[in-house]
Amino acid sequence: MTIDPSVLRPHAEHEFAYELAALARTDDRPRPANWRLSPWAVVTYLLGGTLSDGTVVTPKYVGSRRLIETAVATLTTDRALLLLGVPGTAKSWVSEHLAAAVSGDSTLLVQGTAGTAEEAVTYGWNYARLIADGPSADALVPSPVMVGMETGAVARIEELTRMPSDVQDALITVLSEKALPIPELNSQVQARHGFNVIATANDRDRGVNELSSALRRRFNTVVLPVPSTAAEEVQIVTKRVAELGRALHLPPADNAEHEIRRVVTIFRELRRGVTEDGKTSLKVPTGTLSTAEAISVVTSGLALATHFGDGVLRASDVAAGIRGAVVKDPVADATTWAEYLETVVRERADWRDFYRAARDAGG
Amino acid sequence: MPSNERLAVYGIRHHGPGSARAVREAIDRHRPDVVLIEGPPEADGLVQWVGPGLVPPVAVLSYDVARPSHAAFWPFAVFSPEWQALSWAVEHHREVRFVDLPAANVLAAPAVGRGDTGPVAPDLFAAPGPDETAEPDETPGPVQPPGLEAGRANPSGAAEGDPERDQPGAAELLGEALGSSSEPDPIRGDPIAVLARTAGYDDPERWWDDVVESRRGIDPFDAITEAMAELRAHAPPPVSVSEQAEETRREAHMRQKLRAALRDHERVAVVCGAWHAPVLAGRLGPASTDQALLRRMPRVKVATTWVPWTHSRLAFSSGYGAGVHSPGWYQHLFTATDSVIERWFTEVARVLRRHDLPVSSAHAIEATRLADGLAVLRGRPMPGLEEVQEAALAVMCDGNATTLRLVTKDVVVGEELGAVPDGAPTVPLDADLRAEARSARLPLAPQSKDVVLDLRKDIDRRKSRLLNRARILGINWGVTQQIGGLGTFKEGWQIRWRPDFAVAIVVASAWGTTVASAAAARLVDSPGGLPDVTGRVERALVADLPHTLPPLLAALDDRAAHESDVAVLMEALPALVRAQRYGTVRGTDTSLLVSVTDALLARITAALPAALGGLSPEAAVGVRGHVDAVTAAVGLLGDVDRAAWHAALRRVLTRSEVPGLLAGRLTRTLLDAGELAADEARASVGRALSHRPTVADRAAFAEGFLSASALLLIHDPTILGVVDAWVSGLSADDFVEVLPVLRRAFGSFNQPERRAIADAAARLGRAMADQPPTEDLPYLDMAEAMATVRLLLRGRDDAA
Repeated sequence: MTIDPSVLRPHAEHEFAYELAALARTDDRPRPANWRLSPWAVVTYLLGGTLSDGTVVTPKYVGSRRLIETAVATLTTDRALLLLGVPGTAKSWVSEHLAAAVSGDSTLLVQGTAGTAEEAVTYGWNYARLIADGPSADALVPSPVMVGMETGAVARIEELTRMPSDVQDALITVLSEKALPIPELNSQVQARHGFNVIATANDRDRGVNELSSALRRRFNTVVLPVPSTAAEEVQIVTKRVAELGRALHLPPADNAEHEIRRVVTIFRELRRGVTEDGKTSLKVPTGTLSTAEAISVVTSGLALATHFGDGVLRASDVAAGIRGAVVKDPVADATTWAEYLETVVRERADWRDFYRAARDAGG
Repeated sequence: MPSNERLAVYGIRHHGPGSARAVREAIDRHRPDVVLIEGPPEADGLVQWVGPGLVPPVAVLSYDVARPSHAAFWPFAVFSPEWQALSWAVEHHREVRFVDLPAANVLAAPAVGRGDTGPVAPDLFAAPGPDETAEPDETPGPVQPPGLEAGRANPSGAAEGDPERDQPGAAELLGEALGSSSEPDPIRGDPIAVLARTAGYDDPERWWDDVVESRRGIDPFDAITEAMAELRAHAPPPVSVSEQAEETRREAHMRQKLRAALRDHERVAVVCGAWHAPVLAGRLGPASTDQALLRRMPRVKVATTWVPWTHSRLAFSSGYGAGVHSPGWYQHLFTATDSVIERWFTEVARVLRRHDLPVSSAHAIEATRLADGLAVLRGRPMPGLEEVQEAALAVMCDGNATTLRLVTKDVVVGEELGAVPDGAPTVPLDADLRAEARSARLPLAPQSKDVVLDLRKDIDRRKSRLLNRARILGINWGVTQQIGGLGTFKEGWQIRWRPDFAVAIVVASAWGTTVASAAAARLVDSPGGLPDVTGRVERALVADLPHTLPPLLAALDDRAAHESDVAVLMEALPALVRAQRYGTVRGTDTSLLVSVTDALLARITAALPAALGGLSPEAAVGVRGHVDAVTAAVGLLGDVDRAAWHAALRRVLTRSEVPGLLAGRLTRTLLDAGELAADEARASVGRALSHRPTVADRAAFAEGFLSASALLLIHDPTILGVVDAWVSGLSADDFVEVLPVLRRAFGSFNQPERRAIADAAARLGRAMADQPPTEDLPYLDMAEAMATVRLLLRGRDDAA
């Protein structure tokens, strides 16, 4: 499989095809039926490591090993996996890479929205064929879940709680009976070994459709936390920014480390409502200020620096982005941000440049 | 170790179920004539109690007879190797000797001039106290008496003793405790954990299972002794000289006891911490050196007894350093013979169901499968605590860490309570309680007796204090009684000593060795929600335990800050205000309390207007009670607080959506407080009765306004007129609708009051025709005198 260079964002199984192949080559542990890799190798793929033949596997997820182990162990049982967390905690990212490593295919994806219909998780019809020939297997349009069942692959459902409840409940039969009845054809699809579902859901959103307990019971839940330490978060941001920068053809920025550290510090302080030294209490803005947002702030800062600046990431390149990420509610968050600038940023001697830039950006 | 040798040394991990099982098997093979166990020799006399009546977890307790608060504990769980060795010996009628340094010497360790060693923990139980700065590490409990480790001093200066009791040395103990916070030594504490960590295991028990247990055929203890010899050769010496000396002396003592045992008996087994195994297993060396080491050690007179222990006290999480993280798990590992993981998850499911969480057998099955899967993934032969906890989190708790904490608390730690047979020697708490009772001149008599205490007298204050402290400990020796009079300095008690308090005392002895320290420790242990914390604050004051106030008030402030339900805040306030008054009567410093009360009142007044708007009529009934209680309580506070409260009530009244009942009651409250002029009140009653949206709401307003007391209606003809006009203006249907409400409002008045209202209403009808009734005028002029008379006649219920 070669990567089409014009594709903006290649799938995980394409981008990391080399690593996956190396893992499959060196992996001598037992593999569950229809798995491309052993569970142990899947964990290595996600968390990184050096293989016996010297291939370096880059870490995809920076965080607790035990969480990933629980997630992979869940997939080896026939329980579905529910990844839960606030926005931007790499739920979809983990889900994509798990599917890529287990099944070699991360594209069996259903995006949950308020408008997702039952066809998206079961099957639909090609109406032209249906009218011309009547109900037949040829007229059936399988959903990604159904394809996963037929081929023994992992299907992914993004934002499960955004789907209407009746659509969610269509999954119950699939997950408990491992079969999908097609009453129109008087037949059914039975799942093959290797089939499973990875769903992601966000526990911060309002107005979502809570899972029914019947469905919830079919999932093992793994909560992905926000990074526990500043160093860990800086590492995540740096790594993702570098990857994104490559994909967007941005030249690697020099001296970005300093600004990344600052962005992460600001995000962490506002998220926790207290400064890193624990001395000043802060108001907490309404937004989630996730790591993903920090990454996008730095990436857009890099773009600014590359195209309009001298290629060095400076305070002025990130200031506007940070303000945009913090101020979601024009009244309350603007106060929060102004307070933060005046009480914390201004007091820090080495943050002068940032203070000025933030004031210029409308702080 | 071949079982034909005379001497077998078992180096064990304290509270390690793996060690316990191995020791039991090894001893059974070796069949020694005498079993030597690391523990205070004073406990030799306690072996006779080992039997059906003594149910672990229990602890050997040694205390200085002169100062019961000077005590040390050696806890045993069923999965402790020492306990297994002990029960084997008792079952097979072999002699048991405890070989560690005598408690008499340990407890005599001079506190002065040895800051780094610290005193013997005056009260280990104070550990759950608020201030765990000097918290010790995982040093093994049963063997190393607290006095021997640096930093093992009482971790909670606050909960220790009672400063007022003038305990000799209490102050210096406190100073010592705070000063001796040097890091304890993990290698000496749990050397097997160090080996396990070196091998990459985070749970030493799993290392034991994987490495020691699975190698059948080799005696694990030889390997352990060898490993320890290696470890000892390379480990750094203890940080302080005195610690080094203690260790040398303890091992010298053990060697001496071993020599004696080898003289007396053919086959000898020694069960001791793995760290000490090498010095006992090899050549013992010349006895004279050891003798010299042990010469001229200070001694005190000690008493030793069994006390019941609990799993939570064994657990590390209670702050008692000698324990294990997961006694419940260890107990399960030790007792479950087959289907270990399945049984475990069944138990977890049962506990979660008890907390009303929907957990089915299917969950237990899936959790077992996930735990097994995780173990395979991590290349482990069997799931360990880590795997089962992670599986429980993912499958049974929906990833919710709070739910998992329930599992940890109830299953992983567990709440097993040990038992001690009747007739075993008494605990120091009992001795202390009796001494206190004597000095307070309270007889421990089984006859019921009513007493009225005058808190202005010193002796009565002591009595009250003791009774209240006993009550905190669950010893309901005295029951408070309502007594007449408004004074706060009198307290009525019904006192009766029941023999079964002995049990309560033993249970309470788990909290401390003196009444004061035990009550304090009990009081600050795991406070619950806001009402619970305020209750504790009140109890802390009446029991005169002022040093528990800072942590309790901190907890209170914390709870209040996170409490969004203003009703809960209002519920908490009266108790605090009462507490202030008690405090003043009893001469305790309540300045801290005042500031917390003020903060609480500020939170209430800020949240009140928003909270009372849009309440349903049913909810309004409950809130009315709270508002009345706060009004009464605020009446006891200063003018500033009162003004703030009344201002808040006024703000509430400006909102339109306040339910009728509350609006009526608040109008009345403000009128009674003189915050609302009579004219203004009449106008607003008139407005409410004509303009409120529904008839029911108007009736509710009338109920709220009128039900507080009848006197207003009797003596203010205008208000009566307004009400009268409203009632007579009701249509027949509306009248039927409001009748129950009005009946409720008037039903709270007594017969003469109702008659007086009826008379006034009749007069009102007559008076409509001509002049105002003359007899009203004197009543109005006499309002103040009337209020006084009312107060005298009816007590405080309408003092406002």
